[in-house]
Amino acid sequence: MATRSKNATSPQVISKQAASRKIVEVAKNIHDTISRKRRKPSLHFPVRSLSNVKYDTRKGYFEILGKQVTRTLSYTTVKTFAQSMRLLAVTKNELLDKDDIAAKREVYYNAKSWGDCRFEHQPESDTLLDDMEAMLGINREQLGYVPDERGGDVCGFLTVIDKDQGTGKDIRIDCTKLGTGAWSVPSRVEHLRFESKAKFILVVETSSLFQRLVHHRFYESARCILVSMSGVPTRACRRFLRRVSDDQKLPVLTFTDGDPYGYCNIYRTLKVGSGQAAHINRYFCVPQARFLGVTPQDIIDYELLDATHPLEPVDIKRAKDAMKNDPFIKHHKEWQKALEQMLKMGVRIEQQAFAKHGLNFVLENYLPEKIKKAKYLP
Amino acid sequence: MATARTKTRKRSKPAIDTAETMARKQREISVSEFFLKNRHLLGFDSPRKALLTAIKEAVDNALDACEEGGVLPEISVELVQTSGKRFDIRVTDNGPGIVKAQIPKIFAKLLYGSKFHRLRMSRGQQGIGISAAGMYGQLTTGKATRIRSKIKGKQEAYLVEVQIDTRSNKPTILRNIDEDWLPTFYPAKESGVQPKPVEFRHGTSVEISLEGTYVRGKLSVDEFLKQCAIVNPHLELHYRVQLLPRKGADEEKPDGADASWITYTRVIRKLPPPAAEIKPHPHGVELGMLMQMLKDTEARTLRAALTQDFSRVSSRSALEICEQAGLNPSAKPAQIASRESEALFEAINRTKLMRPPMDCLSPIGEDQMLAGLKKEIEADFYTSVTRSPTVYRGNPFLVEVGLACAKPGENQELGSEDPVRILRFANRVPLLHMAGGCAISKAITSVKWKSYGLNQPGGGMPIGPVVIAVHLASAWVPFTSESKEAIAHYPEILKELTFSLQECGRRLSIFINKRRRAAEAQRKHQYITRYIPHLALGLKQLLDLGDRQETMIVSNLTTMLEKSRLEVPEKSPKSKK
Repeated sequence: MATRSKNATSPQVISKQAASRKIVEVAKNIHDTISRKRRKPSLHFPVRSLSNVKYDTRKGYFEILGKQVTRTLSYTTVKTFAQSMRLLAVTKNELLDKDDIAAKREVYYNAKSWGDCRFEHQPESDTLLDDMEAMLGINREQLGYVPDERGGDVCGFLTVIDKDQGTGKDIRIDCTKLGTGAWSVPSRVEHLRFESKAKFILVVETSSLFQRLVHHRFYESARCILVSMSGVPTRACRRFLRRVSDDQKLPVLTFTDGDPYGYCNIYRTLKVGSGQAAHINRYFCVPQARFLGVTPQDIIDYELLDATHPLEPVDIKRAKDAMKNDPFIKHHKEWQKALEQMLKMGVRIEQQAFAKHGLNFVLENYLPEKIKKAKYLP
Repeated sequence: MATARTKTRKRSKPAIDTAETMARKQREISVSEFFLKNRHLLGFDSPRKALLTAIKEAVDNALDACEEGGVLPEISVELVQTSGKRFDIRVTDNGPGIVKAQIPKIFAKLLYGSKFHRLRMSRGQQGIGISAAGMYGQLTTGKATRIRSKIKGKQEAYLVEVQIDTRSNKPTILRNIDEDWLPTFYPAKESGVQPKPVEFRHGTSVEISLEGTYVRGKLSVDEFLKQCAIVNPHLELHYRVQLLPRKGADEEKPDGADASWITYTRVIRKLPPPAAEIKPHPHGVELGMLMQMLKDTEARTLRAALTQDFSRVSSRSALEICEQAGLNPSAKPAQIASRESEALFEAINRTKLMRPPMDCLSPIGEDQMLAGLKKEIEADFYTSVTRSPTVYRGNPFLVEVGLACAKPGENQELGSEDPVRILRFANRVPLLHMAGGCAISKAITSVKWKSYGLNQPGGGMPIGPVVIAVHLASAWVPFTSESKEAIAHYPEILKELTFSLQECGRRLSIFINKRRRAAEAQRKHQYITRYIPHLALGLKQLLDLGDRQETMIVSNLTTMLEKSRLEVPEKSPKSKK
């Protein structure tokens, strides 16, 4: 029987009024600088990159450091500055004060009414949102922004207890009784409660492999929860895994492609967070995650060398960059060895490559063997 | 012919020419006959080129005549298509006119003229051109050259029709009558109104019927005349083309040029300073010429011959030359034998002499070049350079360069992706053909235009909406051939060309940079003023500000940003780091 874990760190909860006040404070400062001090106003943000994080081994995630960027109003920044002001205004007046929500893409379209000031492409507005989030120190979900990205699919021994939006009554979702489908992680997971009889959580990169595991009811034989990430896990997916893992004290095993992207982007982000989101990593990370495969050694152990692809220049660059600049990889000798081994072999491998030995080799042999051995990469 | 003869001989009895039989076949070839067979040397190789060359020769002569006679030139060129490939061309000028007795020789005798035997800058040089044009017309249409001329103060004008006897290189006069005629010009309509025709009391008109092809574009009569107008801003030029309607074409609107006059107006009301005549400079004389001059001289002694017949030979330097050559200064010039003249020739070239006098040149002038470019080429930057005169092989010359740069996209004739347009001139005559072999083209490609702000792919012709006009003025322009189309690659000339092009290039780059900076400043200003109101609006919405406060923010910020932009314009690339 599950109990709600009390020590699960959840993002600092800020009321909408407080968030609104914080925005007004920023605006007042700027107005003062312009009108009283007659100086060019500046905005300050924490630097959001790997150069501004420290791998805190005790806490188990990328902790943000104190580096700040200052965006002073100038010819080159006037456009983004203006956009920031208008974005703040919309956030305060339309979302916080009116208790509304908006998707990133809706913000992008909303700004189309700003004339010259509009965003040409969505990445522009996304970046500004991230800036704003970092500047205010309030994650964007609390500002009323909902991600329009998929959170991930779940199947297996997990019961999710959600609330009915209308009646407020509990809804129990048994993730073993979803037929041929799966349960999708919603964008906000803080209110969910969980029950589980599983022994661990298996997170897989690709949904095709996820479907194979679901189809053959792998979660029954392995007594686990299956989660598919479809690439780099979204914030919601990471937060969900963290909560389930904390709540049910379950280990998290990660199964990605055997390439630098799978190791250094997907797995590393899942476990310790990213440089981009450095200011909120502490909530959106799963420090208890371990890496199951596919490791470079697996290629040799499972005679898969003829099912590999040569490393692309971008893979090689990514691996070398990570060994040089990624605090997580730098901290773990095992990961450095794995990457070196991969570079030496000059090949990468996909999760599906086990099909060489038969379509179900992966779930009949590979996964059980690996789980039995329980030798994971940190 | 020789091969044909050998073939017949093979069949018949082999006969060997004796010295006597050969002598019977040997006879004089007249110059006219020679040129008839080698007409490409004079620029009459194709019908298209022939039409252009004929007009060019006539216009050159007309301009030379006006300038020598001290008359501000007004010239009309008329091109009338009489049948498919036949044209009548008529070139009329307001020059001083030609004495009746001289007309046949000038227009129907090759190598007859006033310009060959003197050293001074003029358009024509050898006295071949206009006669060759007449001869070409005669050859292709059988028609005579028709000349009308009127001399100032005389009551009557006269009409002379001449043909050239190609055997003897002598004119045949077909008609010679007095006539009532005044050179008359028809200026182009101005805003729909036809101005009155302009009449002069003196002038000459030459009319030639010839076979030709009228085209438009780079190597056309149109282009030639336009370039003439650029480089002769003191010239008022009228031009008309009358083409037959093409078969099947709309009768109402004959395609090709219409028959109304167009006028290139005069913008400089002063004649260029007349060029003085000079004697040859010893360093520019070749051995054969030297021998001829020694034979022809009127001086009694060698020393006197050197000082009298050449420029820049003082009595002392004449003595020095004689000493160097080991010759007696008082020897009779005509008796200097060929071996001695060779020694003399070498001695001359070893002796240091003053540079030839430069007043034999009449440059266009920087202001006049600018005026010419401005009136014919629409651009927003013009510059010109006239170099001081210098010498190649004893011949004085000078180089002038004019450059016009249009704003990209504003002048439709000058594409910003096309190679720059090169206008080449020698003694104020446009050179249209053989650009590739010309020293001017070589000099232009040798300049590094990239450093002056123009693209120059592969180190060839620069790219841009630019016109470069290059003028070489010389008492003797070294053409690569008699058709006078390309200038020979003398190192001295190339050097002067390069220097003047570089000077224009430097000025161009200053202008281009200025234009770029101005555009940049304008762009930045627009950028700033586009976004500041949004910034203010954002603050207004956040803080519930009033309109007055909003306006304050806009004006404060605009001032601050404008100011910082002006104060530290150089700092921005550094602060990027």
